Amino acid sequence: MFYREAGQFKTTYEADQAMLPIAQDRVGLLLILLIAFAAIPLLASDFFISSIMIPFLVFALAAVGLNILMGYAGQLSLGTGAFMGVGAYACYKLATLFPDLNILIVVFLSGFFAAGIGVIFGLPSLRIKGLYLAITTLAAQFFLEWCFIRIGWLYNYNDSGAIEVPQRMLFGLAITGPHATPITRYLVILTIVAIMTLVAANVLRGRIGRSWMMIRDMDIAAELMGIRPLFSKLSAFAFSSYYCGVAGALMVFFWLGSAEVESFDINHSFLIMFMVIIGGMGSLAGCFMGAAFIWVLPVILRAIPSAFELNILAATMEHISSIIIGALIIFFLIVEPHGLARLWRVGKEKLRTWPFPYAT
Amino acid sequence: METFVAGLHAFLVAPFLDMVSLPDFLLQVIWEGFVSGILYALIALGFVLIYKASAVFNFAQGIMVVFAALVLVSLFDLGVPAWLALIITIAVMGLLALSVERLVLRKLVNQHEAILLMATIGLTLVLKGAGQLVFGGEPKSMITEELGFSTGSSDWEVFDGIVIFQHIDIAAAVIAIIMVAVLGVFFSKTRIGRALRAVADDHQAALSVGISLNQIWAIVWFASGIVALVTGIMWGARSDVSFALEIIALKALAVLILGGFTSVPGAIVGGLIVGIGEKLFEVYWGPMFGGGVEAWFAYVLALIFLLFRPQGMFGERHIERV
Amino acid sequence: MSTPANAHGDSPATTEPGVVAAAGDNEAQRREQLLSVENVTLTFGGVKAISDISFNILKGEIRAIIGPNGAGKTSMLNVINGFYHPQKGRISYKGKTRKRMKPYQAASSGIARTFQNVALFSGMSTLDNIMSGRSLKMKRGLIWQMLHVGPARREEIAHREHVEHIIDFLEIAHIRKQPVGKLPYGLQKRVELGRAMAMEPELLLLDEPMAGMNLEEKEDMSRFILDLNSEFGTTIALIEHDMGVVMDLADRVVVLDYGQKIADGTPAEVQSNQNVIDAYLGVAH
Repeated sequence: MFYREAGQFKTTYEADQAMLPIAQDRVGLLLILLIAFAAIPLLASDFFISSIMIPFLVFALAAVGLNILMGYAGQLSLGTGAFMGVGAYACYKLATLFPDLNILIVVFLSGFFAAGIGVIFGLPSLRIKGLYLAITTLAAQFFLEWCFIRIGWLYNYNDSGAIEVPQRMLFGLAITGPHATPITRYLVILTIVAIMTLVAANVLRGRIGRSWMMIRDMDIAAELMGIRPLFSKLSAFAFSSYYCGVAGALMVFFWLGSAEVESFDINHSFLIMFMVIIGGMGSLAGCFMGAAFIWVLPVILRAIPSAFELNILAATMEHISSIIIGALIIFFLIVEPHGLARLWRVGKEKLRTWPFPYAT
Repeated sequence: METFVAGLHAFLVAPFLDMVSLPDFLLQVIWEGFVSGILYALIALGFVLIYKASAVFNFAQGIMVVFAALVLVSLFDLGVPAWLALIITIAVMGLLALSVERLVLRKLVNQHEAILLMATIGLTLVLKGAGQLVFGGEPKSMITEELGFSTGSSDWEVFDGIVIFQHIDIAAAVIAIIMVAVLGVFFSKTRIGRALRAVADDHQAALSVGISLNQIWAIVWFASGIVALVTGIMWGARSDVSFALEIIALKALAVLILGGFTSVPGAIVGGLIVGIGEKLFEVYWGPMFGGGVEAWFAYVLALIFLLFRPQGMFGERHIERV
Repeated sequence: MSTPANAHGDSPATTEPGVVAAAGDNEAQRREQLLSVENVTLTFGGVKAISDISFNILKGEIRAIIGPNGAGKTSMLNVINGFYHPQKGRISYKGKTRKRMKPYQAASSGIARTFQNVALFSGMSTLDNIMSGRSLKMKRGLIWQMLHVGPARREEIAHREHVEHIIDFLEIAHIRKQPVGKLPYGLQKRVELGRAMAMEPELLLLDEPMAGMNLEEKEDMSRFILDLNSEFGTTIALIEHDMGVVMDLADRVVVLDYGQKIADGTPAEVQSNQNVIDAYLGVAH
């Protein structure tokens, strides 16, 4: 009833090309941003911010990265975790080599290292398609994991083998390290994720994003229409890996505080992939929905036993959530391969025409 | 310049000198590689069976190995005799095949292969969660002797040294050979085998000549469930039965790249190349890189191989049409 | 009836380079040659798909390629736009002889095409599909794309405007925002034509643009092809099985059978050619 576009006439192509052509959507987005930037920092507890919101944002950004590659460019990748690792280790090395460089610049620079590595491991995509390519990305995953363990220089030869985040300031405020408050870390991450998502949306609706989708949908036709597969596929790998790399850097610097190779193992690659599938391939909003769902569901499930004073081990709930997520992935693939994002869109379509279901 | 030459020597010459100087050790390394190659090949075989018949790339094959072995061991722990536990486990794998066909595959007919792959990844999660929930996450030891396998070993004196053969390894090799032979006959000589190849070629066409897709799918999933069980027993006998196997099982994917997704002999040859190759590389070249190279050797080998022969060892180059 | 200088595969080298006499009755003016195929042979592992074929396409004409199934028509188009590389022979386009050419290079030199089995980008809307045809015309780099302000936005809007003209021309405004995967076949073919038009090609290759259409749809499509040819001056090479359509649309026809050229000339000439009747018309109709 309130979700109507009647009366909103577009008189220019510009208005029609806008990211959110319907006024209600723009208001909705504004509301979400308002809640994220104002309400949550003011009202939410430190626990909520540091163990739900911050990881959610990190994973959402990584999911955006993977979705660019998988959902938009159609190249399956099982190496997301390792690409995040490249970003994290690069960020650590840069931050310790150049202690005076602004940490935000360091974070954005570290993405380029991930992009470079991503391009190298994306090279086979020029000759290999589909499942074969997915397997070669496993080479990236395991080879890079090995590098993170064996190359001591990457973690400054720490005895623990872990990278530990040094304290860095921004405007006189500690934003990384043990003294940074959850709220500051949250606001920094939120700003970065919001900006990077906007940039991704811009690229995806322009020429470059279209060329990725052309390769995805019909690579032969795309090539016959002047798309160079080399440039298109590698740029998708670079762009996607950049996002994953920045997400990895954020994960260590603004969430975990220290990390070892386990934070970038293949299970994380899968985790991000599940977020993309459940959220919806080829949808940016879906990345956020998927990340929220997959990250929050186990948290809720873990909270159930204590809430009802049941004597269930936390590990048990973890296994149950693994079963639920697995079953949901199958469910979504059967019922709605485009994930939560499509369900949301279908819901909106219904609302738009309510109460006349056939009036399209 | 001198360090460069020394590096080249260390990489290209020294390992071979090492091999020649201790030939009995070399034989031992090759044997170890051969046995783990057999196990990779068995997992790959499970993949190939399913892929051949349904174009489903079954990512869950690795977890099926763990699952089958866990069912078997846990039943025995509950006091069920080994032979009965084996039969029940086979029944469980049959049930699993039926429910996968009924609940997943039947609803995803004619979907894109990437979708099917992801469905099996979902299946992996379900099996993993269920397995941990029911059997617990701790490693268990395989009931090797109770199943009638000898756990002893034989020595072979050669080149002034000895090479040790574990009996269970020999059994694994023999069983693998028998299984491949049986499958070969099954595919080429039986009615179901022919139907299976028809389904692999074209679902629609197979349907139109009266072949039941559902039946074929249940059969191949059951068959690869059996393969998974055998793999689980053999692998469990060498190490423990644990969920860590699942990650190692991913190496079978590299094997598939070498051998091709649809070739049974390819799976065997690919498995042996990966198994022997990674052992040799680890022992003779590994120290140069600080060890642990086994973790990625298979994948990097597959990647390099793909760049030169994208269609696999036994595949044919296909012509793209528009 | 005058015989075209090159109608039977005589080497164009005997005439002035790049310029030959046009086909058809009493056409004295000399039309420029856009593309010439000389002695092209294409084999797949021993099987000859095309053997020693020569013909040319003149600027501004509608050239039909006909022949029974498996005659090598689609392979010929694939050779022309660089998707297959012939083992022997030469192809000159706009006076330049090319060696191995990648499909995207063919596209950027002004060759567009549609496909026998519709090859649209099924995940995208009609509008985006046609916009994708503008890819080569859009120049703004990554940084501008990321910001999506100023020049990048203006560029996008300008191309949108061009695409809207095509949408109007093809009368598909009502399906502008629909995903193409769900459109009926006839409309999909139309969108595909629109996508090729958006490239503003000099040479447009149409692979069975009317296959599987009913009479009305065929008439619409024929009208679009004729308009495209006369309004925009686009040179068109089309493969078509419907002889009625070919006779009405084409200026000149080349007939292939089992990978060989058996006739070349005006529709009337071809229709009365005994080889053609034996190989194709007599059997098919």
